[in-house]
Amino acid sequence: MADEEDDIILSELETEELVLQMHDDLYDGLRDEIEEGVNILLERGWAPYKVLTEALVAGMTIVGNDFRDGILFVPEVLLAANAMKAGMSILKPLLAETGAPRMGKMVIGTVKGDIHDIGKNLVSMMMEGAGFEVVDLGINNPVEKYIEAAQQEEADIVGMSALLTTTMPYMKVVIDAMVAQGIRDDYIVLVGGAPLNEEFGRAIGADAYCRDAAVAVETAKKFIARKHNAIAAG
Amino acid sequence: MPSAPPLPSDSALTEHGLAPDIAAERVLVIGCGALAREILALKAANGWDHIALTCLPAILHTHPERITPAVEAAILKHRDAFDRIFVAYADCGTGGQLQATCDRLGVEMIAGPHCYSFYEGNAAFADRAEVTAFYLTDFLVRQFDAFVWRPLGLDRHPDLRHTYFAHYTTLVHQAQVDDPVLDAKARDCAARLGLAHERRFTGYGDLAHALAQGAAPGA
Repeated sequence: MADEEDDIILSELETEELVLQMHDDLYDGLRDEIEEGVNILLERGWAPYKVLTEALVAGMTIVGNDFRDGILFVPEVLLAANAMKAGMSILKPLLAETGAPRMGKMVIGTVKGDIHDIGKNLVSMMMEGAGFEVVDLGINNPVEKYIEAAQQEEADIVGMSALLTTTMPYMKVVIDAMVAQGIRDDYIVLVGGAPLNEEFGRAIGADAYCRDAAVAVETAKKFIARKHNAIAAG
Repeated sequence: MPSAPPLPSDSALTEHGLAPDIAAERVLVIGCGALAREILALKAANGWDHIALTCLPAILHTHPERITPAVEAAILKHRDAFDRIFVAYADCGTGGQLQATCDRLGVEMIAGPHCYSFYEGNAAFADRAEVTAFYLTDFLVRQFDAFVWRPLGLDRHPDLRHTYFAHYTTLVHQAQVDDPVLDAKARDCAARLGLAHERRFTGYGDLAHALAQGAAPGA
């Protein structure tokens, strides 16, 4: 009985309250509630891009901050990400129709010999949430696949991920191949993964090491702005 | 024959490690708690009575960035009391930082990326290049819940299993000893993760050689 009384009916909440409740629901990884909240906001006339940024991305940013600060752990972040993904799958087709702003295009994948994709998937999702078009190459990618995809997709950014200390040196193989082909400066190269650090990123010739998905988004925005400024000055 | 000292429980090795046995021995092995049982077995089998062993909590492996500072602190704490120190860790996810620290402090450590590799033999492990294998040593089979199930949140959210293990195909149990009870537990671990099971007897692999080279008398 008490439970019934405590139940929150999302559709009965004022819009401002609903958005805050969605942040809580995202934090708690409540997939069904996020889907319901997204649909309610759309029915109330919110633009898909506004739902994405103010309800989902803002909520996921809280999750990301608490993960960074050691308050939340990987399982909880994954549940939140699954909930956000569910909301995004409703919004994605609508975003294309309504002309949401495009920040740039990223090709991303886990390097050869490595099958770990949790971090990479989080980065992909947050980049999409920030308005980037993401081409996800999946796991275990050889150098040829990165370069071919970057060229075919006319990507702005190449993102590489690795979880293992035994596979992270492969990122240098990819960057060296880009240098050898004279295309290194055509792309912003971002790298990430648990065993990496800034020093490693610099040593292999990446543009930046990104500690987590939120940092990846901010770094990508910064480099894209710099690229646009260079073109404008150019 | 020298007798092996009493061994703490695996739970104690996971959470607290092992305090040094400060007898009249001159070489201190600073190791991972996950190797304590095996190092003590090798010590007993080879009569390495000059070796004292201290182990850091094995659970440090869930935060590899904490391993190097913990090992350095242990070296600095104990080095005045011993003639020589040997670090029974491989790289263990430290990205070369542990090796750099050992080099700086003039201490030897085990070669290779991690225990899965040196148990099998670093060269053989590299040759296999098993991208989709999930490895458990005997210790990790015994401590499966502490190292895998609970840290990944699978006790609370079993539906995350696919998120973590979708790209793995096989749980490889690298057996250090013959133990049917452990074999059965490893099969159960594989079933819980939805993976095929393979038992692979490794014995102590390169660990025996590394200790013989790095910690044996006159080494």
